[in-house]
Parts: sequence; structure tokens; C-alpha cells
Amino acid sequence: MKRVNTPLSARLRRLAQGLAVPAVLLALWAGLAAANRLPEQILPAPAAVWAALLDSAASGDLWSNTLISLERVFEGFALGALGGLVLGALLGLSERCRIFLDPLFMFLAQVPTLGWIPLLILALGVDESMKVTIIAWASFIPVVLNVHQGIRDVPGSLRELARVLTFDRWYSVTRVVLPAAVPSIFTGLREGLANAWQTMVAAELFASSEGLGYLISMGRQLFQLDLVLAMVLVLGLVGLLVNGALGLAEQRLLRWQEHAP
Amino acid sequence: MSEATIAGSAVQGRAHVFPRAPLNRFLLGLVVPGLLLCLWQIACWARLAPDYILPSPLSVAERFRTELHGGTFAEAVGASLSRVLEGFLSGSSAGLAFGLLLGLSRTAENLFGPLFLAYRQIALFAWVPLLSMWFGGGEAGKIAFVSLSCFAPTAVNTWRAIKAIPAKLRELAAVLTFGPLDYVTLIALPGALAGIITGLRASLIYAWIATVGAELFLDIAPGLGGLLNEGRDKFEIDLMLVALAVLSVLGFICARSAAFVEKRLLLRWRLG
Repeated sequence: MKRVNTPLSARLRRLAQGLAVPAVLLALWAGLAAANRLPEQILPAPAAVWAALLDSAASGDLWSNTLISLERVFEGFALGALGGLVLGALLGLSERCRIFLDPLFMFLAQVPTLGWIPLLILALGVDESMKVTIIAWASFIPVVLNVHQGIRDVPGSLRELARVLTFDRWYSVTRVVLPAAVPSIFTGLREGLANAWQTMVAAELFASSEGLGYLISMGRQLFQLDLVLAMVLVLGLVGLLVNGALGLAEQRLLRWQEHAP
Repeated sequence: MSEATIAGSAVQGRAHVFPRAPLNRFLLGLVVPGLLLCLWQIACWARLAPDYILPSPLSVAERFRTELHGGTFAEAVGASLSRVLEGFLSGSSAGLAFGLLLGLSRTAENLFGPLFLAYRQIALFAWVPLLSMWFGGGEAGKIAFVSLSCFAPTAVNTWRAIKAIPAKLRELAAVLTFGPLDYVTLIALPGALAGIITGLRASLIYAWIATVGAELFLDIAPGLGGLLNEGRDKFEIDLMLVALAVLSVLGFICARSAAFVEKRLLLRWRLG
């Protein structure tokens, strides 16, 4: 296969341009901080943020809290995604389910997820179960919506083909409808994971004694903005890694489409 | 989309057991929620749980009535709505300008694109502590957070939509020797309209999420999130359920009106 590559020099130039603005901002930030023009309470020096990051890594706080946050995200996401796949498939495949369950689901899904937190705190307390529940609910919604829509968007011609080949219902769902809906299912899972991640941060900020969100809210209460900024960086990096992993999984599962005639 | 899928399911050629008329389908949709409400009410009459743990649907409705008449309810709804609108207007117009810039100028894209993509990796709520330090926990901090939540969805969709304008149209503009302004108003904006509107709708949803979040996390002030906090502090579950139901209905109205505006705008553009 012939690949069209942009020349190395052009790519290097683009890379340099992409790094230029962050570099200028960083230099400006460091310069102002060195000249004592930035109050610590507004923006601590980059060196202080770096030191806070190293500190938390050395003391082990960083690793233990990241692990706890990740655990919550995965537990909640696993529950929510599994439930979402089931309800989404039911809504997509059965008109009866669609008519009777969809309006109720849409009514509940319309409430911004965080709005449930105060009620959940009264019902479940501030413990792990509250956080996992709210994370599960946040990832449940996009999975249901996308799986439902993806199944209904499967072209009629494919369904007809399954009927012509006299596939029974189970066979046509598992061999024709679901594989054809895989791209939407993945869109749903991706959005669900993103929601789970966002909601984890929010839930930990709101009520927690462990986790990355907790470190951020503690840093704020102690006016340690360097810690806050360091943890914001960590959140961004871990989020990037998690998303990248899901992207890889998606590519592998969608590989069959390239070979399909 | 629903019309298309309904037509698609007609291909199956099975006799339809369920009504096609939207009103009848809507009424059928009320069956399950209605049954659940009845069960809930019966459970309350049977005193399966004390009132303060599980207020009955009737008492929640009663609470809604008293809040509507005497309480600070209208003020709360108004305060939340105005935060949504202010944040949406400022955040998404900044996002629109930024997205246009990145879409139209290769240099700007190379300079700011990577930084913007890196920024998008950070969870939205991680900004709450920083913004509350910078803008305070009052109204300014709340609006700043809502604006921030609206910025990225509009920016990224506008950017992508403008990049996706077919090369043919760009060549056409070059042949007709359009200046930059003509290109933007005659080709870029109309061509990217669908994508821009998708971004605006996403921003509107984020505006709601961020408003509730800001009201929950930042200083106490009138608003629906404030009512939720109040309900939690006073253990008034009926008040919280009222606030949640109102949030759902308002979100629905917002989404519906956004969809309506989108349809009208796109229709007009295609006709014109």
C-alpha cells in the first residue's frame, strides 16, 4: 500500500509551532513568578507545581489516590455500561420496550447527573456506594442512547438479508444487527467512559476523603494551589491514557469492517 | 431521525401492534411511570417507610404547589436559567470565534490546536477549585465556570465543521476571487452551519450541567442546585424531588427548543 507522508521538515515545523505557544505561556508564567508579580494564591510558580507533583509522587499519595479514582471509574463504568448495553439493546430491538420504557428513561436522563448527588448522599451516605452509583448512572445514559440509536439505524437491507437467509431472531440479532451497530456501541462506550471520568472528579470534589478529586479539593481548602494544579495535570494525563486505551480496543474490534467486501 | 427509522421498521412488513400516532404512543409511554407512581403511593399509604425517608407522590405534588405559590421557587428557577443563558452566550460565542480562527487559519491551527486539544483532556470539574480561587465562589465564579463549560464543545465542532468544507467550494471561492470576509460569510459559515449548531446544542447541555454543578459546589445562592443543597441539609426529600423534576422538565424544554431552532435555521439555509 502506498502511503502519502507529509515531508519530515513540514511535520517538524508543525510540531515546533504546536509547542511554541505553550512554551511562551510557560516562560511568561515562570518569568512573572520569578519577578514576584504573581501572588501565590492566584498562580504559584511552575517550579512550585512541579515540586508539589514530585512531593506527592514521593510520598505515595499520588499513586494511592490515582488508583482509588481509577477503581471508582472502572467499577461505575462497568456497571453502567453493562446495564446500558442491555437497556439500549432492548429499546433498539423491541418496540414494546421502546414504547413503555423510553419515556421514563428520557425523563430521568434529562436531569443533569450531578443533581442526583445530594439525594444519593441522603439515600446511600457519602461512601463508596454513592460514588460508584453516580458514576454508573453517568456512563449508563450515553451507552443506552447510542446503542438504541445504533441498532435502529442498522440498514433495512441488512435486516432483509437476514430474513431472506431465514435466520432466526437470535441468529439475526447476534450475527447481523449487533455487528452492524458496533460503531455506535463504541461511541456510546466512549462517551460513557468520558462521563464516568468527569463524574468521578465531581463526586470526589463534593464528598470524599480519597482520590484525585479529593486532593484537589483539599489543596483548595489549604490554599495550596500548587497541589491543585499538579493534580489537574495528573487528571489530564490519566484521562488521556484511559481514552487512548479505549481507542485501541475500538480499532481492534472494528478491524473486520476493513476486510468486509 | 425518528421518521426515517419508523419508515425503516415498516420495511419489516410485520403487522403493527402499536399505534403510529405520536399522541397515542405518548399516552402509552405514561403507563409505566404511572404504575410506578401508584405503587410508590400505595407503599407510602401502607407506611412501608417513614414519611421523611420516602415522601409520597401526593405530598411531593403538594410541596410543588406550596413552593410555586409562596416559596422562593420562581426566584430559584429564574436564577438558574439566567446563569445558563449568560454562561452559554459568553462561552459559546468565544468558542465560535476560536473555532472559526482555528478552522480558517492554518497558522492559528498549528499554533493553538495542540494546546486546545491538551486542554480538552482535563475534566471540566477540575476547574472548579481554580476558578473559585480566581473569580470567587459568588456569581462571577459560577458564570465563569458555565462559560468555560460551553467554550470547548462549540469551538471543537466549529473547527471540525469548517475543516470539513469540501475542497471544491474552497476552489470555487478562489476562482471567484473572494476576499476573506466573503469567504467567511458566503462559504465557511453556511457550509459549517450544521456542525456549528451541533456544537451549540452540546454547549447548551453543558451549560445546564455546569450550572447545577456550580450551584452545588460554590457559594450558596438562589438556584435549583441551591434548592438541592437546602433539601439535603434540612433532610427534605420532597423538596429535592421537586427540584429534580423541574430540572428534568426544563432540560427537556431547552433541548426541544434548541432542536426546533436548529431545524428552522437549517431549513432556511437550504431554501435560501
